[in-house]
Amino acid sequence: MAEAGAVKELTKELRVVTGVTCPFCGVTCDDLEVHVVDGKIKEVKNACVLGKDTFMHHLEGWATPRIKGKPATVDECIDAAAEILAKAKYPLIYGLDSTELNAQRRAIELADLIGANIDHTSSVCHAPSLQAIQTVGISSCTVGEVKNRADLIIFWGCNPAEAHPRHPTRYSVTAKGLFTPKGKKDRMVINVDVRPTPTTRMADAFIQIKPNTDYEIFSALRALLKGHELEHTEVGGVAIDEWKTLLEKMKSSKFGILYWGMGLTMSRGKYLNVVALLTLTQELNRFTKFLAAPMRGHGNVVGMAQVLTWQTGYPFAVNMSRGYPRFNPGEYSVADLLAHGEVDAALIVAGDAIGNFPAKMAEHLQSIPVIAVDPKESETTKVATVVIPTAQAGVAAGGIAYRMDHIPLVMKKVVDSPYPSDREVLERIIAKVSAMKNGGKGGPAPAGRARD
Amino acid sequence: MGRSLKIVGGEVYDPANGISGAVKEICVQDGKIVESCKGPAEVIDATNLVVMPGGVDIHTHIASSAVNAARGFRPEDHRHRPIAKKPGLRSGVGFTIPSTFATGYLYTKMGYTTVMEAANAPIGVRHTHEELIDTPILDKGLYILMGNNELILKYLKAGEMEKVKRYVAWLLRSLKGYGIKLVNPGGVEQWKYGKDVEGLDDRVYYWDVTPRQILKALSWANESLGLPHPIHLHANRLGIPNNYLTTLETMQALEGSRLHMAHIQFHSYGGENWAGFSSKAAEVAEYINAHPHITTDIGQVVFGDATTITADGPWQYRLYKLSKNKWYNQDVEVETGCGIVPYVYREKNYVNAIQWAIGLELFLLIRDPWRVSLSTDHPNGGVFVFYPWVIKLLMDKEFRGEMLKRVHKRVLSDTTLPKLDREYTLAEIAIITRAGPARTLGLTHKGHLGIGADADIAIYSKDSDREQMFEHPVYVLKDGETVLREGEIIASRTGKTLFVVPPEVGEMDPAFKTEFENFYTIEYENFPIDVEDIPNREAIPAGAAR
Repeated sequence: MAEAGAVKELTKELRVVTGVTCPFCGVTCDDLEVHVVDGKIKEVKNACVLGKDTFMHHLEGWATPRIKGKPATVDECIDAAAEILAKAKYPLIYGLDSTELNAQRRAIELADLIGANIDHTSSVCHAPSLQAIQTVGISSCTVGEVKNRADLIIFWGCNPAEAHPRHPTRYSVTAKGLFTPKGKKDRMVINVDVRPTPTTRMADAFIQIKPNTDYEIFSALRALLKGHELEHTEVGGVAIDEWKTLLEKMKSSKFGILYWGMGLTMSRGKYLNVVALLTLTQELNRFTKFLAAPMRGHGNVVGMAQVLTWQTGYPFAVNMSRGYPRFNPGEYSVADLLAHGEVDAALIVAGDAIGNFPAKMAEHLQSIPVIAVDPKESETTKVATVVIPTAQAGVAAGGIAYRMDHIPLVMKKVVDSPYPSDREVLERIIAKVSAMKNGGKGGPAPAGRARD
Repeated sequence: MGRSLKIVGGEVYDPANGISGAVKEICVQDGKIVESCKGPAEVIDATNLVVMPGGVDIHTHIASSAVNAARGFRPEDHRHRPIAKKPGLRSGVGFTIPSTFATGYLYTKMGYTTVMEAANAPIGVRHTHEELIDTPILDKGLYILMGNNELILKYLKAGEMEKVKRYVAWLLRSLKGYGIKLVNPGGVEQWKYGKDVEGLDDRVYYWDVTPRQILKALSWANESLGLPHPIHLHANRLGIPNNYLTTLETMQALEGSRLHMAHIQFHSYGGENWAGFSSKAAEVAEYINAHPHITTDIGQVVFGDATTITADGPWQYRLYKLSKNKWYNQDVEVETGCGIVPYVYREKNYVNAIQWAIGLELFLLIRDPWRVSLSTDHPNGGVFVFYPWVIKLLMDKEFRGEMLKRVHKRVLSDTTLPKLDREYTLAEIAIITRAGPARTLGLTHKGHLGIGADADIAIYSKDSDREQMFEHPVYVLKDGETVLREGEIIASRTGKTLFVVPPEVGEMDPAFKTEFENFYTIEYENFPIDVEDIPNREAIPAGAAR
């Protein structure tokens, strides 16, 4: 993998690395400039506050290697982890958002080897969006199409101003492109949400709807689009006339896009909200060019869905216990596996499970052997049986991260870490487990490496 | 030391070297075919078996952002065919859009050893390389979509042909691609505002250039760079009644230069509308017969499930409205589009049945097998695992007769298929599945068993049921290693990624970085792919400019 190709030695101490890809979110800005002095990051240019924090504070809260709370070497931790996983009857591999493609690839290889359930943070985030796309498809595009062409942008149930801070400037609201040379002046921005957010301030219009009415609203818009008159005077707490106005704006745009967020996927209706949204935006193509896209991505969660899909056919909630991949959200998804108390061991890679889960799920995780592979201490590492600290992907380890529109970008290693990368740890666990399985004959073939 | 082995007693079909069924010893040393074996050689007894070069697929969709989008949105497709892990082999799923490991195993199980991924948006090529790394055993290459690239349209608008050529070379070199692909040139750019082009002389919005100009410019760039493969063209108006006129016009527009017409079956339709849908295979075949610079692959339709995946956004939108199936669209900045619609080809549907017949008519009416490659445009016309079924249709007139009784009766009245008596010989099958595609690709070390060729070899039993024969090779060797024996994969290995090295034609202008970053959303320096990111690779030098 490319190692900081554009490193310039300015003085003996100062290195400036350009074209750095930020590992924080699915905007995946690749224009960061990182200043390193004596192996320490001193400055980060072009990043948003979230990205800057990721680099500036990467040394804070580092995890330490330990087994059952007692300090251990990384080698001992890897042995202990392999032993737990080789013995487990129905293990779970989870997390995997804040790491790079090769580590994700190895995690799936390990799941194949031990017959594990494998899921990632999409499962508690945009999984309903993925299910909706599986149901009806999607009319979508890469972010550059929005930059170059969009004259109508709708943010629905999402808050890029806080969650994806550079999306509006790089790709959507103020970005200047081929047919949008004046940026914001060439576009209309509409925000629909249950309450005003900082994103509302960027919008030309704001429509405040009642919580849990999205499905009704999209259905009403679809009916209006088909020329039906509705008996209702309001839908979702908003007058029908206002929806008619919105629909006219959508139909009369040259290139419209609707970005949605977890306001739809995690409220009542879940994937059905998104099915309704996607169907509406597909049907608008009878009148104009209209697209939709999810505001995805904590870290490289999109990359995990990509590699899981090409290796197993399915984007999340995959079970390998029969020796081949099966997909069943609600059965093999992390929330259900933990809430039902089904799994007997867990490997959590580059993601804090316990810190983000409801108490019932966290409770089960605390009752089974858990291996945490993570650069940082978290609620998960606090209770894990084995903690293996790693070099943080995108900062101290290189690799590939995917943007929210499935475009892969190379992340550079900008500083060294005393710890191995996630990929290396997983490769070593695979080697150990392989040696234990099949009477030492090993498991599936490793991918992507020469045979000799 | 590499492995040394001998294949003895087999009937060898090696059309590139003029061998057609002679019993001949094949010697392999260090993964290559050699004159004679040094030292003690392992012996494969191929008595009563047929020995051929490994199969070469010139046009398939097995790995790309688009293929993966199709996998991700069709869980219902995967449930039919799970593939269990075995020691040394990974698990997967495999029907119309198999997972990567499954793709490698399933091609190997038919005796195929080299495949070309046919459509890749430049910004997604890094993704494709990552999938290809996880596609075992096979050697692979990829074509890069250029027919709707806005930078090319911009240079064309300004009449800057040298810039087109430099940019094409830069794309291939930066991304480690094998060839130039065009999909509905001009039409996909129109789709970005919801439109299409109607013909070769329509003007593309804003850029004010025509499909004809795009075709000529990229053909010229391809030939002047001396690339091993001609431009690989998915012509305008795919799938639409009466599109054969556009197809003929396209071939005429490029008369005199090499041209590969992809999945020509989808471009050989007559009739003013769907009700009048008819075959124009005879007209298209006649033109190809008279013009030796044209090669083609058929894009044969196979009845049953398919997933249509193309960069042809406007066509996929039409198919979504026709079929009422789910629809995935992903337009790609600066470069191209992408559409996906699941589809089922039915024997009793007259359009589908005529499409099936058109493919076979083209196979049987184009006289020179060297210019025809077997393809189903996987998974658009059908899944590649059905190639043996297509081979049986071509070799066995009686079997065609049985099928003709099953399919919609309009095939009998509206196509020439019932009247065609030709049966392909084994030598001709060896040409359309190996020697021919390798030659069209300019892969001099593939598709034959002469001295110095890669020892990619398939050994089949002489089953009179040709479908059985080609579905179940007895041995498959890749680079001289036995990877399959008695139908089972016994050793997986990593295949290579083949990419072309274009000649030096000058650096991009200093202003190109700014131009690139104005159009795109990523940094110029992050666009090229480091060759080290492709662990197993083989560079194929471009030849002399033509």
